[in-house]
Amino acid sequence: MKKTLLSLKNVSKAFAGKTVLDSLDLDILDGEFITLLGPSGCGKTTLLRLMAGFEQPDVGSVTLSGHDITHTPPEYRPLNTVFQNYALFPHMSVYDNVAYGLKMEKRPKGEIRQRVDEVLAMVQLQDFARRKPHQLSGGQQQRVAIARAVVKRPQLLLLDEPLSALDYKLRRTMQVELKRLQRELGITFVFVTHDQEEALSMSDRVVVLKEGEVQQLGTPREIYERPANLFTARFVGETNLFPGYLDSVAADTITVDILGVSRKLQKPAFAVRNGEQVNVLLRPEDIRVLAPEDEHGLPGKIVERNYKGSTLDSVIHLEDGTEVLASEFFDEDDPTFDYKLGEPVRVSWVDGWEWLLPVELEPVAEEAEGLVADA
Amino acid sequence: MTRWLPRTYLALVYLLVYLPILVLVVFSFNESRTGYSWEGLSLRWYESLFNNRAMVGAMWNSLWLALSAATVSTVIGGLTALALHRYRFRGKKLLNGMLFVVMMSPEIVLAISLLALFLLVGLQLGYVSLLLAHVTFCLPFVVITVMARLSGFDDSLPEAARDLGASDFTMTRTVLIPVIMPALLAGWLLGFTLSLDDVVVSTFVSGPSYEILPLRIYSMVRVGLKPEVNALGTLLLVFSLVMLMLSQWILIRSKR
Amino acid sequence: MHRVLQQPFKTAVLVLVWGWLLFLVLTPNLLVVGASVMTRDPGTFISLPLNLDAYRQLFDPLYLDVFLHSLYMAAMTTLVCLLIGYPFAWSLSKVGKQRQLLLIFLLIVPFWTNSLVRTYALKLILATNGLLNSALMPLGLIDEPLKLLYTEGAVIIGLVYLLLPFMILPLYSVFEDLRQELLLASHDLGAGRLSTFIHVIVPLTLPGVLAGVMLVLLPAMGLFFVPDILGGSRNLLVGNVIKNQFLDARNWPFGAAASIVLTVTMAFLMFAHRLSKRRLGEEGG
Repeated sequence: MKKTLLSLKNVSKAFAGKTVLDSLDLDILDGEFITLLGPSGCGKTTLLRLMAGFEQPDVGSVTLSGHDITHTPPEYRPLNTVFQNYALFPHMSVYDNVAYGLKMEKRPKGEIRQRVDEVLAMVQLQDFARRKPHQLSGGQQQRVAIARAVVKRPQLLLLDEPLSALDYKLRRTMQVELKRLQRELGITFVFVTHDQEEALSMSDRVVVLKEGEVQQLGTPREIYERPANLFTARFVGETNLFPGYLDSVAADTITVDILGVSRKLQKPAFAVRNGEQVNVLLRPEDIRVLAPEDEHGLPGKIVERNYKGSTLDSVIHLEDGTEVLASEFFDEDDPTFDYKLGEPVRVSWVDGWEWLLPVELEPVAEEAEGLVADA
Repeated sequence: MTRWLPRTYLALVYLLVYLPILVLVVFSFNESRTGYSWEGLSLRWYESLFNNRAMVGAMWNSLWLALSAATVSTVIGGLTALALHRYRFRGKKLLNGMLFVVMMSPEIVLAISLLALFLLVGLQLGYVSLLLAHVTFCLPFVVITVMARLSGFDDSLPEAARDLGASDFTMTRTVLIPVIMPALLAGWLLGFTLSLDDVVVSTFVSGPSYEILPLRIYSMVRVGLKPEVNALGTLLLVFSLVMLMLSQWILIRSKR
Repeated sequence: MHRVLQQPFKTAVLVLVWGWLLFLVLTPNLLVVGASVMTRDPGTFISLPLNLDAYRQLFDPLYLDVFLHSLYMAAMTTLVCLLIGYPFAWSLSKVGKQRQLLLIFLLIVPFWTNSLVRTYALKLILATNGLLNSALMPLGLIDEPLKLLYTEGAVIIGLVYLLLPFMILPLYSVFEDLRQELLLASHDLGAGRLSTFIHVIVPLTLPGVLAGVMLVLLPAMGLFFVPDILGGSRNLLVGNVIKNQFLDARNWPFGAAASIVLTVTMAFLMFAHRLSKRRLGEEGG
């Protein structure tokens, strides 16, 4: 078990009466890559700013390795930030930008030179030391911002949507680069993003936030395969949500009627009673599309197909009107694999991959309707 | 027609704006005493200008006053702009409003109010009263110039400096001030020019102990024509142009 | 106290600037208000008792004439500046971007030169045997020299010359913000040139007009050296009256009351300007 490095306890923060963080607890472990994920306005940036010391909580405490740093100014915290727009000092060269933090520590000249050269080499910018920030590309500026933060050897590196200003391809490169850096440096990374794909692919653990509250904290796999609630399920990845009716509840197992198909499943963590309704969650890649003459599955027809390169995503309307999203990998043996719109098919899913959630009274339903109406 | 009409109009206005200045410069090299007809090239008015010791003294006084007023107002105005930009505090709107009112107030209103104050507190009218008055009317211009620069700059720069271990003061010294340097310079230059040009306020708050150039010119041009003024005006024009070019050059260089 | 110690820099700056403004702006202005309701005193300038004599004196026909004449000249100056400046700013906004900057630069170069000297330069041109007359006479356009100097017209010309950039700059900034698409949209919706001008261009540039009026009208009542140099003794501005009362006649209460008239005019103009901007903001947003 890793030890806790940074710990937030019962933290609340409001701006002009509007609550941004609400009694939030979070422990960040030493050496991990943890991502704060959520839609804009969920409080993830405020959370990061509390850690950096740019904001102070109204209530609650922030501790670093057991020391209370709740009211410590940012310059006295052994952690550094990579800013969303990099915040490189425009009047200083790359070298001076990176050396800035070491000069503040009043390090000897020789040591500064050596450490700056080292870190610039690490981010492959040793030839750009004399340039000014505006003479660099976006990706290079990004690397300077990272170099400037890590040269101080912080215990914790805070990254505030650092890749959001980069184009898609560069973003992918930088994701790999960041992972490599984190491994090499052994520093704890706290990464803020609204991009769920980025969060899943980079993190050891992900914190899903909504309206200032933690929705779920877990590994990317847990978050994706076993979401704690409907919000997480919908925010992270595409989801099919079917109503399920409990036919019988035994000691360890339950029987659920899903779209008329009866399945015997493991009893979920939440309390269930006979006759109750539950939400059944199936990811598009759990869905199997079968030939219309197949004896399994439910009949429906293809209403939409999207070619995605490595997968073929389709929308199928079942006979009762239920909409099903399916995502299938191309079969190498069948290069002509495709559907026509309106083509009849049957739909099934991999037995045992269903994930059950309790029915929530939620305004999200309105949102979903709104989306349909928009479409 | 839509192309040449605006251009002709612009050209005409520029001609009218520059004509008096051109006349002034040309006549400063005129031998004639009356100053209305051309009697040949001469530098005699420049010569008599520099032989006029009171005039040269007033020139130095004015330069020194403008230099100090511009510097003091840039320091105070720059700091004020920083405070307005960075801090939340009570009375911020009031502070902004007061600066705005000072800027919009007719100079003469400011002038008599300062005169009343200086007489009330028993301040001898001279360099100090002039300095206080000039800094007061330059201040809002500096604040506005610097604020404009600050509003266009990335708010996370100060945070980045703090994050890297700089105290509030060190951050201001190493990041904020260098970044707003061009605006400080522009503000300083504006203050310098306003001070050097001021007649209205100076008329009220200056004393016999410290004679300054605009007042000297004022007493010369009130009656009749004085050819020395042509020469002096030309020199002031050249001086302003050099200053302006210099500031542009620094601005352009700082952008690179 | 704890917070004060925490942010010594912030505290120091705020104390400095507040101190400066309170001592050199607020106090002096209160003194002027105070002086305006006191009694003239040859020894100490002002003394008790309090009274409104100074304000009554403003309506003395002799001074009322001066004020109205000053207001008239200031209004004419503003009007002339507007008539020259509006098409100027409009034309300027149609020139290429790079050249625009150069032209603006050229416009403010004279502003960087001493205004007394520039007023004096006008005298060279307007004098009886000055440049204008000596140019017109040989052309046979006039038989005898025009009397230009020491007239109302000369004062207005001088004020326009000094204040024109203050009208043009705010106008230029509203014309620059005026998006070309709006004009195209107006034409597209069937408006002709004139109705586009009345219904789109004028309302959108109104804040600039008011800002320009504010920046021209007020100084045009205060720049006492312009009539001193160009206007002679009959074309006085409010500024001349105030100056005389303070420096020569030593009637402080009256001078202070006259200056309060200027301040009230300013407050009124600032209010109008705010109003016009707010209306535009609401309609636009």
